[in-house]
Amino acid sequence: MTKEEIRQPENLIYKKTDLMTDNTLSYCPGCGHGTAHRIVMEVLEEMGIQDKTIGIAPVGCSVLAYDFMNIDMQQAAHGRAPAVATAVKRLHPEKFVFTYQGDGDLAAIGTAETIHACNRGENIVIIFINNGIYGMTGGQMAPTTLPGMKSSTSPYGRDVHSMGNPLKITELIAQLPGTIYVTRQAVHTPGNVRKTKKAIRKAFENQKLNKGLSFVEIVSNCNSGWKMTPVKANEWMVENMFPFYPLGDIKVNED
Amino acid sequence: MKGNEAFAEAAIRAGADGYFGYPITPQSEVMEYLMAEKPEERTGMVVLQAESEVAAINMVYGGAACGKRVLTSSSSPGISLKQEGISYIAGAELPCVILNVVRGGPGLGTIQPSQSDYFQSTKGGGHGDYRMIVLAPSSVQEMADFAGLGFDLAFKYRNPVLVLSDGAIGQMMEKVELEEQRPRFTEEEIIQNTPWATTGKPKTRERNIITSLDLDSGRQELHNIALQAKYKEIEKNETRYEAIQCDDADYLIVAYGTSARLSQKAIDILRAEGIKVGLLRPITLFPFPTEIISKLAGQVKGILTVEMSAGQMIEDVRLAVGCKVKVEHFGRMGGIIPSPTEVVEAMHKKIIGG
Ligand SMILES: Cc1ncc(C[n+]2csc(CCOP(=O)(O)OP(=O)(O)O)c2C)c(N)n1
Ligand code: SF4
Repeated sequence: MTKEEIRQPENLIYKKTDLMTDNTLSYCPGCGHGTAHRIVMEVLEEMGIQDKTIGIAPVGCSVLAYDFMNIDMQQAAHGRAPAVATAVKRLHPEKFVFTYQGDGDLAAIGTAETIHACNRGENIVIIFINNGIYGMTGGQMAPTTLPGMKSSTSPYGRDVHSMGNPLKITELIAQLPGTIYVTRQAVHTPGNVRKTKKAIRKAFENQKLNKGLSFVEIVSNCNSGWKMTPVKANEWMVENMFPFYPLGDIKVNED
Repeated sequence: MKGNEAFAEAAIRAGADGYFGYPITPQSEVMEYLMAEKPEERTGMVVLQAESEVAAINMVYGGAACGKRVLTSSSSPGISLKQEGISYIAGAELPCVILNVVRGGPGLGTIQPSQSDYFQSTKGGGHGDYRMIVLAPSSVQEMADFAGLGFDLAFKYRNPVLVLSDGAIGQMMEKVELEEQRPRFTEEEIIQNTPWATTGKPKTRERNIITSLDLDSGRQELHNIALQAKYKEIEKNETRYEAIQCDDADYLIVAYGTSARLSQKAIDILRAEGIKVGLLRPITLFPFPTEIISKLAGQVKGILTVEMSAGQMIEDVRLAVGCKVKVEHFGRMGGIIPSPTEVVEAMHKKIIGG
């Protein structure tokens, strides 16, 4: 069979959402960012809210998210996306607003913006990609880097005595009364992708109901930064990241 | 009204959609006034106390990117923190109004008035090649006027506008006439006036993206060239100044804001002594009134700049004057306002006798 024959409409069981542009993703093959992008866009499409959504891109590998997401987007300074999103939502209460941020963005330089937006209970969605490393700048240590984990700035492994402990920012913000839904998911298997998508859907539904801030952490890989093949990186993630960052809902406030 | 309050009230009346700020003396009255006025009820304007100046200016970024009329205010150390966001706002070409009620620095300094943020305000301040339109009020009336004018200029050029005031003007009480309430833009007007804004992508148009990023150096250079062309256009159209008693002047004082007010008193004293001194008061510090200063330099025998700083604006005056006449500076620092008699003395010592 040729490619063209395979691509007949009757053979299609799944297609790219129109909310993803045709631009080639700038992510390394095997990186979780691409999948995460796609499911956020699928949720927006299924909810039919493309024309009502404003996304905020971070600084990090997903700095170019607006090249791939076919919605109105703003690119924020490193870590400031929650502040940017706060104003967008306050001035546009009827629009859907989300940030998409990495761990360096959200849990290091932007800790204050993250905690305060969560604590104010801004009615937005925060999508947090935790790959335990600074991907874009070449694999430096992040707040979420595991103890003993090697990075370009912890070449002998993170020594918690001199470099501090990994920050479980998601557990931290789950404590805040402003957050109503806090969950940790992954996108390395089809099953997990489905669960993450459900979580993202729930987060946007919460926003629709004016409930408050929903926070979806996605534990992901950075095969380049971790210096592993994509398959190895996912295995390593399951073995090492998940015990420290266990998957599942942390807070589900139903009222 | 107090200068800070006049600015706040004028912002509401200018149809502002949102204010985002963080307290710092001597400008906290701006947010205090806004909170007390309940603009949410008056016009629907949003007022939010942010967790920091960094957050506040990034809120301004987000709001401006939606085509909304948004503003913030702070004082020197807070403006330093805002520089990151201001650079992004300039890079993404977003309109907004920023008030700096300057106090003495560097560092935590003092809460008393100063003009030592001139360099930071007019030469960029944050990273990258950019300029803000800088308006320098010298009265409570101008504090009020420049809120509305600031929005007009900001939207005309898609550029941040800085109102560079100081602790004296922010805190002083004067009579003020306020403009009538302007209506806030409707959603339809925003879509029409600012088609670039992120208002949610309908099927009928391409997505709107607000960013200051372009990883391609060639395109980044083109963006910079376009920004510089815009600044040239601003220089051509928006230079504002006041020339007081300059026609017959043998000597000239160049001063803005509080310094201009006290220099005017100094000029009265000098004129009573029979010395003809004029005052050139820049109203826009960027664009700087280079042309008129250059022209006056051909007429006078010497120029004194009076600034509450070690002498920052003097560099722009010297550039305008070239080597035509002597240009000297007089000022006090650390939050001290010079007295008119000190200015008179400086004029005698540094210009007339020197
Ligand atoms: C103010 C500022 N400081 C530092 C940087 C450099 N920088 C760019 S991306 C990045 C790390 C991003 O890491 P993360 O948020 O974990 O995202 P990832 O690249 O891993 O997806 C840093 C430090 C910057 N752009 N701005
Ligand atoms: S560097 Fe890491 S996070 Fe960035 S695209 Fe590559 S794999 Fe993904």
